[in-house]
Amino acid sequence: MSRVLVLALAVAAAGLAGCADKEQTATGIKNDAPPYAGTGKPYVAPGWKAGDRNSWEQQLKVRTVQGQNDYAKVQ
Amino acid sequence: MARMKFICDSERCIECNGCVTACKNEHEVPWGVNRRRVVTLNDGVPGERSISVACMHCSDAPCMAVCPVSCFYRTEEGVVLHDKDTCIGCGYCSYACPFGAPQFPSAGTFGVRGKMDKCTFCAGGPETHGSQAEFEKYGRNRLAEGKLPACAEMCSTKALLAGDGDVVADIFRNRVLKRGKGAEVWGWGTAYGSKQAGQPAGAKS
Repeated sequence: MSRVLVLALAVAAAGLAGCADKEQTATGIKNDAPPYAGTGKPYVAPGWKAGDRNSWEQQLKVRTVQGQNDYAKVQ
Repeated sequence: MARMKFICDSERCIECNGCVTACKNEHEVPWGVNRRRVVTLNDGVPGERSISVACMHCSDAPCMAVCPVSCFYRTEEGVVLHDKDTCIGCGYCSYACPFGAPQFPSAGTFGVRGKMDKCTFCAGGPETHGSQAEFEKYGRNRLAEGKLPACAEMCSTKALLAGDGDVVADIFRNRVLKRGKGAEVWGWGTAYGSKQAGQPAGAKS
């Protein structure tokens, strides 16, 4: 009788094991490097140094004014 | 610190769709997905106005607030990006966005089917800058190349301005002063807040 009980419990435990949650492996959002870090590729705009935030910001400001402010071109 | 923003000058937009084409080409966006669109108000009526619309990278982005898996993040430059490996394609962001920016490709090269796709301000995503993985999921990372979004740089009339908010606001302000009209900036208040837009609280953008 006890063997049958133990066997039944073992089968029940094995059956319940199938209902267990799988381990959660999500790691959240991956870290994104800042844009001024550059791409490490040669196809970049000249006038700034990768890794130097100030030079990157300055270069973008100059590019914005030169490329998008048409009043600056005619003055 | 640079805070990246878009401005669309409806006085100048001629509905050429150059911005849409530039975006499609730069990022190889698949058929059926439009990260940027040109919308014409009162089409055919004298005085019609066109505006180029994409993700405005809102200061207080509704998409970030409603995402159940928190796949969005904001860079230090104020660009709202998302992680396609975390996105479950539920579409909540699409309902929340006032600009209709989130797109959902049914198939293609942009990640797994159903992942949300949107304008990245040409800033790529959470992959190695300039990598093939970043290009396939998010498109080209022009900001990391020291460039500005392709849509604005290709705009033939310079109606679409993109860059540091202070700089583009100065450019637009100068235009308005020179021409003496057209000071309304569509979507600015909605995206960046009425205080920043110089409008009273609660006013329409």
